[in-house]
Amino acid sequence: MAEKRRSIWAQLKERIAVDSVDVNDESIYKNIARGPGPGGGRDFRKPKDTKGTLLRILGYAGKNKGMFVLILVMMLISTGCSLVASYFLKPLIDDYIVPLITQPEKDYSALAVQLLILTGIYLASALASYFTSRACMNLAQWSTNALRRDLFSALQELPITYFDAHPHGELMSRFTNDADNVQMALEQGLVQFISGIITFVGTVVLMLLLSWKLFIITAVTIALSFILVRGVGKYSRILFKKQQSSLGIMNGNIEEMLDGLKVVKAFSYEERAKKTFGELNDEYRENSIFAMFLGSAIFPTMNAVMNICYAVTAVLGGFMTLAGRFTIGSLGVYLNYIRQVTMPINMMSNQAINLFSAIAGAERIFAVIDHDPELDEGAVDLVTVNHGKDGTLTETEKGERTGFWAWKLPREDGGFEFREVQGSVRLQDVHFSYVPEKPVLKGVTVWAKPGQKIAFVGSTGAGKTTITNLINRFYEIDSGTILFDGIDVKDIKKSALRRSLGMVLQDTNLFTGTVMENIRYGKLDATDEECIAAAKAANAHGFITRLPDGYDTMITGNGQNLSQGQRQLLAIARTAVARHPVMILDEATSSIDTRTEKLIDRGMDTLMEGKTVFVIAHRLSTVRNASAIVVIEHGEIVERGSHDELLEQQGRYYMLYTGQSELD
Amino acid sequence: MREILTGYWGKYKNSLFITPVFVLLESVVTLALPTLMSNIVDIGVAGGDRAYIIRCGLLMTLLALVSMASGFVSTWHAARAANGFGSNLRVAMFHHIQEFSFGDIDRFSTASLVTRTTSDVRQLQNAVQMMMRTFIQAPFQLIVAVVIVVTYSWKLALIYLIAIPVLFLGIISIMRLVDRLFTLVQQKLDAMNADIQENLIAIRVVKAFVRQRYEREKFRKANDELTHANLRAVGVIIAMGPLATIILNAVTLCLYWFGGRMVATGEIQSGQLLAVISYLTQIMMSVMMFSMVLMQYTRSRACGKRIAEVLDTEPDIRSKPDAAAHPIARDRGSVVFENVSFKYSKTGTGEEVLRDLSFSVAPGETVAIVGGTGSGKSSLVNLIPRFYDATEGRILVDGTDVRDYRIEDLRSGVGMVLQNNILFTGTIRENILWGKEDATDEEIIQALKNAQAWDFVSEMPDGLDTQIHQGGTNVSGGQKQRLCIARAMLKHPAILILDDSTSAVDSDTESRIRESFKRELKDTTVFIIAQRISSVVSADKILVLDNGRIESMGTHEELMQTSPIYRDIYTSQVKEALSDG
Repeated sequence: MAEKRRSIWAQLKERIAVDSVDVNDESIYKNIARGPGPGGGRDFRKPKDTKGTLLRILGYAGKNKGMFVLILVMMLISTGCSLVASYFLKPLIDDYIVPLITQPEKDYSALAVQLLILTGIYLASALASYFTSRACMNLAQWSTNALRRDLFSALQELPITYFDAHPHGELMSRFTNDADNVQMALEQGLVQFISGIITFVGTVVLMLLLSWKLFIITAVTIALSFILVRGVGKYSRILFKKQQSSLGIMNGNIEEMLDGLKVVKAFSYEERAKKTFGELNDEYRENSIFAMFLGSAIFPTMNAVMNICYAVTAVLGGFMTLAGRFTIGSLGVYLNYIRQVTMPINMMSNQAINLFSAIAGAERIFAVIDHDPELDEGAVDLVTVNHGKDGTLTETEKGERTGFWAWKLPREDGGFEFREVQGSVRLQDVHFSYVPEKPVLKGVTVWAKPGQKIAFVGSTGAGKTTITNLINRFYEIDSGTILFDGIDVKDIKKSALRRSLGMVLQDTNLFTGTVMENIRYGKLDATDEECIAAAKAANAHGFITRLPDGYDTMITGNGQNLSQGQRQLLAIARTAVARHPVMILDEATSSIDTRTEKLIDRGMDTLMEGKTVFVIAHRLSTVRNASAIVVIEHGEIVERGSHDELLEQQGRYYMLYTGQSELD
Repeated sequence: MREILTGYWGKYKNSLFITPVFVLLESVVTLALPTLMSNIVDIGVAGGDRAYIIRCGLLMTLLALVSMASGFVSTWHAARAANGFGSNLRVAMFHHIQEFSFGDIDRFSTASLVTRTTSDVRQLQNAVQMMMRTFIQAPFQLIVAVVIVVTYSWKLALIYLIAIPVLFLGIISIMRLVDRLFTLVQQKLDAMNADIQENLIAIRVVKAFVRQRYEREKFRKANDELTHANLRAVGVIIAMGPLATIILNAVTLCLYWFGGRMVATGEIQSGQLLAVISYLTQIMMSVMMFSMVLMQYTRSRACGKRIAEVLDTEPDIRSKPDAAAHPIARDRGSVVFENVSFKYSKTGTGEEVLRDLSFSVAPGETVAIVGGTGSGKSSLVNLIPRFYDATEGRILVDGTDVRDYRIEDLRSGVGMVLQNNILFTGTIRENILWGKEDATDEEIIQALKNAQAWDFVSEMPDGLDTQIHQGGTNVSGGQKQRLCIARAMLKHPAILILDDSTSAVDSDTESRIRESFKRELKDTTVFIIAQRISSVVSADKILVLDNGRIESMGTHEELMQTSPIYRDIYTSQVKEALSDG
């Protein structure tokens, strides 16, 4: 046993010493954040600006300053009352019970009165503590509610580049882990921390009042406890961090291997997967055993320190009582205080960690909230208009839809000028790169005249999707200009610009809700009839009516219950319902088989009538009837023209095209 | 649940038994201290016996040290036992899931399997850890403390005997209520998280439709509902503390009143009253701990059930126990379907996905499968490596029924590029090595070249050592598909199946990949599922599937004559365009 024990200590020392985790190594926390389930919550990142962040959190909580003060007062009452109540033991025994022993005629009325007073104190303490918890709960819940709302609102305005750089999981953990930590801290942490301090100070004062001599021993004990908690706490945090990091890695492996289980089976990789998992699992288990051991070993140690103090005090207190310098009641109370005084030390040290982790979480939340929103300095708005008899345009009343759109340009004199939306889109010498030095588009110039259908073709990664992402200003161009009806898109309000563009994106994302609601997403005030008409146009009506509940069928999990083709049809219908002056279709029909696509085409033709349309497609049959086909390679336009012209040129388009018919 | 709690201790079993023993030893001390203290007061102080006081003090110190030592031992073994249990359970689950068939995976869904292996196991482990300490300790402390009090005065003990059940039942019923309320909280939380997740995934759609305000409103509702649910649940919880305190205080008052009178009449001594009051906190704490752990146990039973569901699932596809080794040689990849029908749910009325298919493919042939969405193309090829078993009929590979193979032999003979293909965290090299564990760099590069992937891999800063992020998010769709093809080509299988695995690759590159198949995998039987007609026209055989049946089969020329569906597909993609042009 001794041998084994030593080896445990040796191992423990090794684990703490060797490659102690670097606190600033962010990758650890990524793993922690990724690990699903409980245990991913707490972390030990130090906040950068503790005071500022704390004040800002309290700002959320402290809309009502009086409430703060009230909570503080109630906390003082409840903690004070319970301290007084515990002190009551002394007078009860010394002044009211012990004297009774010698009384021949026992008169219990004095004792009864004292107990009634005590009852009052107890009730006051319980009520005050209930009030404190209740107030803190309300405070915590509503401030977290507001925090989450602000966070969500801020997210909606962030530029697309922000979402490219931050994985969803990371942003999700702002809402889950970080917001939860803040809530926990406000609900319990602060109260426990403050009441811990009050209890500690109060107990010490009472002990000093009872006997400052005995307190010398207690003081030594308290000091020892502080040192122990701090010392062990430091090491156990190191181990805990290691445990969390290996947990994150292991959970990541489980997630990945089970996600890819079909591939694992296709490659008969099972045994190798088991081996890797086994190693990660062992690593986590060992880390966790040591972290858990050191984390809980503090309790027996603290207990022993306290118990020894208890024994020494009992002996010395006994002597003092013998000498007549102390009473039995005082001794009893004092001994109870010994148990009470060390408890807050451990608790406060735990709460301090929680508080710091909450502050660090809040700091990350505020970082998102404070992030610069999408750039939008445009002033030109999009409005619906009426044609006056004399050809002038007048803005319609709110909510009235005439089907005529116009740009509302501010004039220098403070008035407005209306210019009818025609749908001319002109890109002039557009340069763009996602990362500096790696140009994606190099001087692209395209002019789509009103009502034209422009098709972009080219191999994967040539920059086709990028062009459409620049027209709607998901990304900002590096140089060049994009003009919409002659207005620089930078001068148009982003919301106005995007309302003018009907987009069907490469990834068809649907929302939880009914089929009808998903179509209506394109135009929130659309009637059922309008939605059904759009679905018919997109050729989606047929399959929708075959769904179990037709248009009321619930769509869940991004439309997992639909096929990819059906999802695309819905996405088209969603865009169709809004009747935008300009349409952008990015691989809108890639997963729809060619026969169905032909059917959609017919519907789409009516939808696109008179509109400017940009189409991106792999399948050349989709783009064949475009007014102009633009072939893009490596970010440059290599060819342009109609289908016939390009075939005649026998260039890149011809190659791509005949690649499809190489049999001939 | 019982099987799970008993079956997974393995070499940590000794810790399971050592823990409670030392926990008990530890608590003996806690129990002895107040008694010793009362002896100091009643015997030492009252009798003026200094030596006795010192003896008691020394005994107390000794006990404190013993308690610390037992505390260490029990803490160590508790950590070992709980983690050992969790670790063994996880291994058992992971290993068992590896045996699952595609059907089993579909039934559970991957996400649910992940939760069961990670958070369910952890919750059960936490419960076990708490139970180990508390289930024996709390009743023990309770009983001993009550017994000691009884020896002082049975009348005072009576107060405890009334208070204990009240506290116990009170806590249990509140916790029940809380559990119900928290189920609601969990639902609201899930709903809110789903909202956020959806919003993040679809942020481009949100922005494209300028729906920020609408989304905010949607979120505000979900957020407020969560807060209201939380307020109700937490509101009950926070009442629990003061309520328990009130019960505790009521007991204290009773003790003062009755105990004080007994001290006055000399029935008990004042030191004993002090001790009884000291025990009060301990007894009440034990009751509280016990009821909490009991609740935790009931909660973790749900996790246990979910874990047991996984462990009790008999994988529905396994090698026959007597199956002999039968590796498939590279040039012997013939495939025969004999009257094969298939549906996903074996029981019940599920629709047949494949109906009575019969065809045969000679080694080295290239077979293309075409047909509309849902015509059964993927289902058909999934039957060859036995990812699913045919409901009727049989499939022969190299003349042997696939069900008579050892599964590892069959699957090493079949290379598969799945529709939803996945790359794993690790370098590109490690990913390609999945195809052949001991391949050299030359072989890997050759495979990458064949899959038209070497161009972009060699341009990456770290080449083969480039790290792939989880889910392969740092390569484009087309690159991912080509890496997956390389991985399968490195295997050099007898049969290679490509399930719509070049959809993101442009036709030019794709035709070069097909050329390298012809060149490098001469003997390999290749199945290709593709939307693009250019991918299939050069196949030796083209299978046209319609609604789970073979509509027709033959070469491109033959099908152009005989199959209206094929003609239609071809026309829609090529012919019409040409005649226009």
